[in-house]
Amino acid sequence: MHVKIRINGKPYEKDIDPRLLLTHFIRDLAGLTGTHIGCETSICGACTVLANGLAVKSCTMFAVQADGVDVVTIEGMARDGQLHPLQESFWEEHGLQCGYCTPGMIMCAHQLLARNTAPTDTEIRDALGGNLCRCTGYQNIVAAVRSAAGKLKREPRIAAGD
Amino acid sequence: MIAHNFEYTVATSLGEAVNLLQKHGGRAKIVAGGHSLIPMMKLRLAAPEFLIDIGRIPELSYVNKENGKIRIGALTTHYVIETSDAVARGCHALADAAGLIGDVQVRNKGTIGGSLSHADPAADYPASILALDATIVALGPKGERQIPASKFFVDMLTTALEPNEIVREIQIPLRSGRTGSAYLKMAQKASGFAICGAAAVVELDGSGRLSNVGIGITGVGNHAFRATDTEKALNGQKPAPDLLKKACESAGKGIIALDDIHASANYRLDLARVFSRRALEAAIERAG
Amino acid sequence: MTQRYVGQALKRKEDPRLVSGTSSYVDDISMPGMLHMAITRSIHAHARIKRIDISKAQRLPGVHAVITGEEVAANCGPVPSAGEIPNMKRPQRYLLAVSKVRFVGEPIAAVVAADKYIARDAADFIEIEYEPLPAVVNPEKAMQPGSPRLYDEFSDNVSYHFGFESGNTEEAFKSANVVVKERFINQRLAPIAMETRGAVATLQMPDNELVIWSSTQIPHLLRTQLALMVRVPENRMRVIAPEVGGGFGSKLNVYAEEGLVAYLAKKTGHPVKWIESRRENIAATIHGRDQIDDVELALKKDGTILGMRVKSIADLGAYFQLLTPIIPTLTGLLAPGAYKVPALKFDQVGVLTNKMATDAYRGAGRPEATYLIERIMDVAAQKLKLDPAELRRRNFPRPNEFPYKTSGGVIYDSADYEKALDRALELADYKGLRLKQAELWKQGKYMGIGLSSYVEICAMGPSTAMPAGGWESGTVRIEPSGKVTVLTGASPHGQGQETSFAQIAADELGITPDDVVVIHGDTARIPYGIGTFGSRATAVGGTAMFLAIQDLKEKMKKIAAHLLETTPDKMEFSPGKLVVKGGSGRSINYTEVVGAAYMARNLPPGVEPGLEATRFFEPSNFTFPFGTHVCVVELDWETGEPKITKYVAVDDCGNVINPLLVEGQVHGGIVQGVAQALHEEVVYDENGQLLTGSLMDYALPRAHDFPEFELDRTVTPSPVNPLGVKGVGEAGTIGSTPAVVNAVVDALAPFGVTHIDMPVRSEKVWKILKGRKAS
Repeated sequence: MHVKIRINGKPYEKDIDPRLLLTHFIRDLAGLTGTHIGCETSICGACTVLANGLAVKSCTMFAVQADGVDVVTIEGMARDGQLHPLQESFWEEHGLQCGYCTPGMIMCAHQLLARNTAPTDTEIRDALGGNLCRCTGYQNIVAAVRSAAGKLKREPRIAAGD
Repeated sequence: MIAHNFEYTVATSLGEAVNLLQKHGGRAKIVAGGHSLIPMMKLRLAAPEFLIDIGRIPELSYVNKENGKIRIGALTTHYVIETSDAVARGCHALADAAGLIGDVQVRNKGTIGGSLSHADPAADYPASILALDATIVALGPKGERQIPASKFFVDMLTTALEPNEIVREIQIPLRSGRTGSAYLKMAQKASGFAICGAAAVVELDGSGRLSNVGIGITGVGNHAFRATDTEKALNGQKPAPDLLKKACESAGKGIIALDDIHASANYRLDLARVFSRRALEAAIERAG
Repeated sequence: MTQRYVGQALKRKEDPRLVSGTSSYVDDISMPGMLHMAITRSIHAHARIKRIDISKAQRLPGVHAVITGEEVAANCGPVPSAGEIPNMKRPQRYLLAVSKVRFVGEPIAAVVAADKYIARDAADFIEIEYEPLPAVVNPEKAMQPGSPRLYDEFSDNVSYHFGFESGNTEEAFKSANVVVKERFINQRLAPIAMETRGAVATLQMPDNELVIWSSTQIPHLLRTQLALMVRVPENRMRVIAPEVGGGFGSKLNVYAEEGLVAYLAKKTGHPVKWIESRRENIAATIHGRDQIDDVELALKKDGTILGMRVKSIADLGAYFQLLTPIIPTLTGLLAPGAYKVPALKFDQVGVLTNKMATDAYRGAGRPEATYLIERIMDVAAQKLKLDPAELRRRNFPRPNEFPYKTSGGVIYDSADYEKALDRALELADYKGLRLKQAELWKQGKYMGIGLSSYVEICAMGPSTAMPAGGWESGTVRIEPSGKVTVLTGASPHGQGQETSFAQIAADELGITPDDVVVIHGDTARIPYGIGTFGSRATAVGGTAMFLAIQDLKEKMKKIAAHLLETTPDKMEFSPGKLVVKGGSGRSINYTEVVGAAYMARNLPPGVEPGLEATRFFEPSNFTFPFGTHVCVVELDWETGEPKITKYVAVDDCGNVINPLLVEGQVHGGIVQGVAQALHEEVVYDENGQLLTGSLMDYALPRAHDFPEFELDRTVTPSPVNPLGVKGVGEAGTIGSTPAVVNAVVDALAPFGVTHIDMPVRSEKVWKILKGRKAS
């Protein structure tokens, strides 16, 4: 099937098998390997991307379902070589160790901050329930999201990738 | 991790999807949000030859309030339901359930129609759907059909839907006066599905007596069910801690409970008592 | 040398690539002509393979090769295992099963195809006819005569007996006022690094070097073993550990699939990639723990410990991975924990069962030891009606008793256990908590407070105590521009040594961490090394680098002294320059000295040009970090659900290079240890079918399961290495598990409860609450 998916503002037109997962489209056909795969049961959240502004698990979507959709991945977060406030905060607060869950974590946190500009710690922890991290114990991830919320309040961005 | 191959069709209307289902017989599956079906396909536990995508039919995602009912389109996502003012005001237990499904990503994508059709015995919605006396509107080859929630959940992963029927809408009757509803659950730690979830709806009359009590329980049996004995014991009574506790003793009466590595049957049945009571308490409090 | 960077919470140098998604893990590697491997695995726990039909798979368009056990047994060596225990039965295993399978998930056939979708289809097309055999999954049953035997060539399923006695335990138990005993089960866990295993292999032009990228903690050891396995000379092979997405011990190993990828790259002439699925990861990557310990503790009335007996059953699974039989024996070494235990008898049997092999999982043998001693201490405190903190305090060796030789046979380097305990109790407001507990009890609310004063064995370790070398290499090269390249044999995978090593180097040389690049994980770029595990990277690898820097500093001092016409002993390093001691103000720029070393026109006699040094550090002992964790739980009186409401950890890992990294390790460790206490368990049914085969059934901890942890440290430098560091990678995991279980038991103690098995799921507590009345 022929599909056209915009990723980080750039269109990718491909002929694909219907069973190709969106996550493989992003990684293998678009070559954007920042989106990771950590399970096959839609639990771990490593593959989280934004699809038309909504955080989704790209391993639980066939690429054909994303035909015509606007996707933002971790590679679309920085602007003009400047890290997104969330990326900065994960760095500053030591919100990552091995880094494997980080892209999905950041994309999901982005969704949270788009909906709730001043989340409490409990709200942050609940919002990240679909993203597993085995290294950090989550504490510094929560700190990173908290800090990014503050930064975004001072200096708002319209949307990821903008 | 990798599904068997299939043929993919985008349906532009629900009628077209029904026709396609008829054409392909049992070899086709409907996909909307995909959060029930796609994981099964990736584990090769499901291998439909044809996948009919109804996820792009725009007019099926809505929450409307009209004629004493809340009407929810089948493609409405859990997130929309979780955050809908109309749902929160009219049938809070459904918003509670939506907000406790899976995680943010799942709620962004998963739909109420898909979840109800899949009828996982540990899904969250069914308890609220039953307690709230909802009606499921299905479209099939012979047209539309209304299925009361009490008749909808038939067995494990089995609903009253005919093979070629698709859920079109969920209707929830609005109650007037002092009324409230709530849904609470204990989640299975790995999957997030309910080990036990209970929804309660109450109305309080002028003298402060309970009426039209509805209690739905999920996660405990082969399929969600109503705790009718408990409901009966409460109607016409003034809510008091002892009464609630005693009435909820029969919450799982007659149910052959699920028994697996995550929880024994006895534990599930006891949770049914505890969570029914807690849901009732929350519902009564919301009724004010 | 003044410390400008060591001890500072510097942001990690690793992170920009990781937060931007530009780093490269194994699955991110792609090459022209690359094929993909998929594995057909056993669906039975124990069965003879009667027939394998690969013809349908071979016929599938896009399939390049299908291989089975016979081919690899003829062409490749076995899966390696290290470590020796006298009279041990060591099972041998090939890369693919030959004639028999012994656990669900055992590889039987491998397929390589043009893409991963075709490879998966083909693997499913392989038809295997089995003759199922009775399986045995319970180690106690497996030890019984008449149990199904895994190996025809062995008389029974007992692989080894390991034991020792120090002091006189018989005497100790005879003279005791009180003896307590309990059985402690350390359930089987899955490590679940967020990145599953994976490998890519290719023959690289121009001279057909076999290059393997693997998500591994031990690139050099892997190369040595793979060279034997696939019969390629070691110097014609290169192993690269690219970005590694967590290991926790599970990648401290050499796996069949790594051998298969290498063999198939050789066989097909194409690059071959294999990425493990999560289901494969839970079934066929090593598991951890799985040990049953029957513990008896003998004490005097006043709580003084006289002796301890431990009978231990270690469930090894069906085969040996790299360190399978060694890990459980570490439990014996650490069984006395942080206490004076004058007499200890430790007996362990290692048993083969129809399950995946157990091996090193974060803590590896030491969490089991800490759990048994920290739990039995609470059982004893309960019996003696002593406060658990007080019983601990009474049995600690005093700071002036270090180095302290234990009945476990090791020598603890340095510690002040009481100081850490006191600080933790203070931070937690222990007295206030006890008052609150009594108050809540009156309201019918159950709150428990659990302590764990742990010690652990880190910085592994002296080579005499290790199966494959306990040293580490470090190379430091000061480039002509003055920039510094560090090559370390430690192969970090999330720990942050690119940053902490740069901090050490910067302080030593008077430069900045930005001037230092730390390179690791590539056998072609780095001198032979051991790897990152056992909380050793900084203590052993960091020290090797530190020693290499000292060599270079000596050399630079000689050059500087020569140029300034003074003597080397009068020179010292200062930021950006070398200074003549004594306040004369005479100095020479760092870059000038470096330049002189390379220009080599004016070097002192006997000094060679260049600035590069390699050192191999052999530690004289392990290090022994310690600390006290305090956990508070509240139980839902109706559902039994335990909720952690407060968690305090005071850890002592010696000197701290970067507090940010230390805290991160502790946070992550606590969560992993708490998850063992409350959630995680690999479950097989009695036929050996894996019931927790996906993340839908194997419960990993999530963010909302925890409160904010409160951390503090005490600092007792280790005398074992010049950095004074002890290691912190496993402390959180080791300290937290017993603290949580102790808290739950503490909450239930009024019901006469002395123990509850892990994982402490709600239902277990509910059963107790249902069944008992408060005494």
